[in-house]
Amino acid sequence: MTTPVADLVHAAPPSVQPDVGARSASLMEALLPPVVALLVAIVVGDVLILTFGQSPVAVYRLLLDGTWGNAYGIGQVLYKATTLTFTGLAVALGIRAGLFNIGGEGQLAAGGFVAAMIGLAMPAATPAIVAALLCTIGAAAGGGVVGAVPGYLRAQFGAHEVITTIMLNFVVLALLGWIVSAKIHVPESLHTPEIHSGGVTRLADIMPVFHGSAANLTLLVALATAGAVSWYLFRTRRGFELRAVGLQPDAAEYGGVDVGGVRWRALALSGALAGTGGINFVLGYKHYYEDGFATGAGFLGIAVALVGRNSPFGIVIAALLFATLSQGGLAVNALVPKQMVDVLQAVVILAVATAVPAVRQSIRSSAKSVARSLMENGDAAGGGSR
Amino acid sequence: MIALAFLAQTLRIAIPYLLAGAGGVMSERAGLIGLTLEGYMLGGAFGAAVGALATGSPVVGAVVGMIFGGLLALLYAVSALKFRANQVVTGVAINLLVVGLTRFFLRLLYDSSSNSPRVPGFGRADSGSGFTALAINPLVWVGLLALVVIGWVLGRTAFGLRVRAVGEHPEAAASVGVNVNRTRYAAVVLSGMLAALGGVYLALDQHQFTDQMTAGRGFIALAATIFGRWEPKRVAIACLFFAGAETLQIQLQGTQVIPSQFVEMIPYVLTIVALAGVVGRAVPPAALGREESA
Repeated sequence: MTTPVADLVHAAPPSVQPDVGARSASLMEALLPPVVALLVAIVVGDVLILTFGQSPVAVYRLLLDGTWGNAYGIGQVLYKATTLTFTGLAVALGIRAGLFNIGGEGQLAAGGFVAAMIGLAMPAATPAIVAALLCTIGAAAGGGVVGAVPGYLRAQFGAHEVITTIMLNFVVLALLGWIVSAKIHVPESLHTPEIHSGGVTRLADIMPVFHGSAANLTLLVALATAGAVSWYLFRTRRGFELRAVGLQPDAAEYGGVDVGGVRWRALALSGALAGTGGINFVLGYKHYYEDGFATGAGFLGIAVALVGRNSPFGIVIAALLFATLSQGGLAVNALVPKQMVDVLQAVVILAVATAVPAVRQSIRSSAKSVARSLMENGDAAGGGSR
Repeated sequence: MIALAFLAQTLRIAIPYLLAGAGGVMSERAGLIGLTLEGYMLGGAFGAAVGALATGSPVVGAVVGMIFGGLLALLYAVSALKFRANQVVTGVAINLLVVGLTRFFLRLLYDSSSNSPRVPGFGRADSGSGFTALAINPLVWVGLLALVVIGWVLGRTAFGLRVRAVGEHPEAAASVGVNVNRTRYAAVVLSGMLAALGGVYLALDQHQFTDQMTAGRGFIALAATIFGRWEPKRVAIACLFFAGAETLQIQLQGTQVIPSQFVEMIPYVLTIVALAGVVGRAVPPAALGREESA
């Protein structure tokens, strides 16, 4: 089970001097699977819409109108994309290290919970920036601790993180559920009291057109985090080691990298990323922690990382795509059940997961045949790399 | 009397775990991760409701449920084996797919976002909830026998030997003429049908399908598979143990001895502990989750 999961999902490592042919091939490799997936999803969507006796064109138009067609819809999409960016980054960072963190649900919930606790503990007079910062650090720490547990178990005992992270989801959610229901909930509800400080400004407070939507400035934190992850992965020594472990753990170890330590850190960091996402709901939207707020967002993070090909920029785009589908479901509910988009999201994931290895294989084999024909013709000049 | 009631309740809770656990053993011993058990169960439960409601016969419901489970497993196998898609990603996607599809068709067929109409089951009106009700339900017997039979199949038959071989060392199996992919397809589809029966049991026992009614039971079965170290006998004991803990929690409800959430954690915590090897290391089948093999 030590096969690098990474190999299947992420983009090819930058080769030394990619020539034009290689670049267009890798562009194909990056773009083709999502395009194929969207087409498949549209076809499946058509079938579902037709079984419900509606017109696909009308439904898709409503889906677009209800998401990108008005400021409220855009605000909701941005809000949902914010959380998904965090959970997507979390999964991607893990995959870059060759680790599959599917504990996003629990880490996100833990982050939100810690943020709410800090916000409750601080007096209302705390300066807004300080309060929000402390809550955010707390959220990252909360998620980080939940991620560090499977990281430690992997590094120390070789316990596979796929199983430990998913099992830990249930443990964390049960634990938080108990704390909330037994200790601190508002009567007749499943949520904590409202935080005294640490709230994040809503987008609507700056731009009134977004009135009513949940979008808030956590959005900027998400973008900054995506940039930070990109910098960490590609510009720092630690990030280089992390990617090396993901690609070739044995070679990395031979090269002097502490593989166990890298894995441990990567899962803790991955958990911290997911945990930070908790502030979007707690600080930016509801101002309290509520049981079940993380449901779905953790698992969709896997989809976002997959479609975004584990690149921070791609993840932001993929998060927008999945957020559009989520919000679009609500928009089309008058014509077809909103559950249609749950199906479409799953179809997109399945199709991309299936198409990525297939596309890579076909590109490789066509590249091979090109190379072969070049060699047979004794014309190696156009071959470039390899 | 209390002991008997406890035992009956434990069995009632254990049957879906035993069925899905049998599916988990089958899939993982062949080298495919059992993350999809939850989806198979939910699909099976929905199939049972559809079949039983359409014909009035719980047997037809069970058959339709198994077909749904088998089809979902086939989808998983095709993605993972033919297209070599990542098993974790595909598994998560299939679970999401089943949640979406069952919700969509719940609305379409029964115009409800939460539950189906009343589904006929195996019980009789006068059979109550004790051992009589259990004894006249054929799925209880199937559930009790499932892991016994799987143990026999894996340990004593040529097919079982092939399954174990492709899960441990596919290259070696291929070198002696075993068709690796065909064996895996068979094992995975069988696993889907077994786990689906667990869902069938739930829907027929509760006399309805409700949205997400499996509520994580597939993951408990996966936990039992791992905690039982992929050996049918141990997995069966793990299923019964997890069900016993749940029964205890239900019986203690209201007494405030242990909060229910802590009992819920037991299977998951034990599985993590087992994987970490604190008390006897759980070593998975060598080729579990590998994509390149075959």
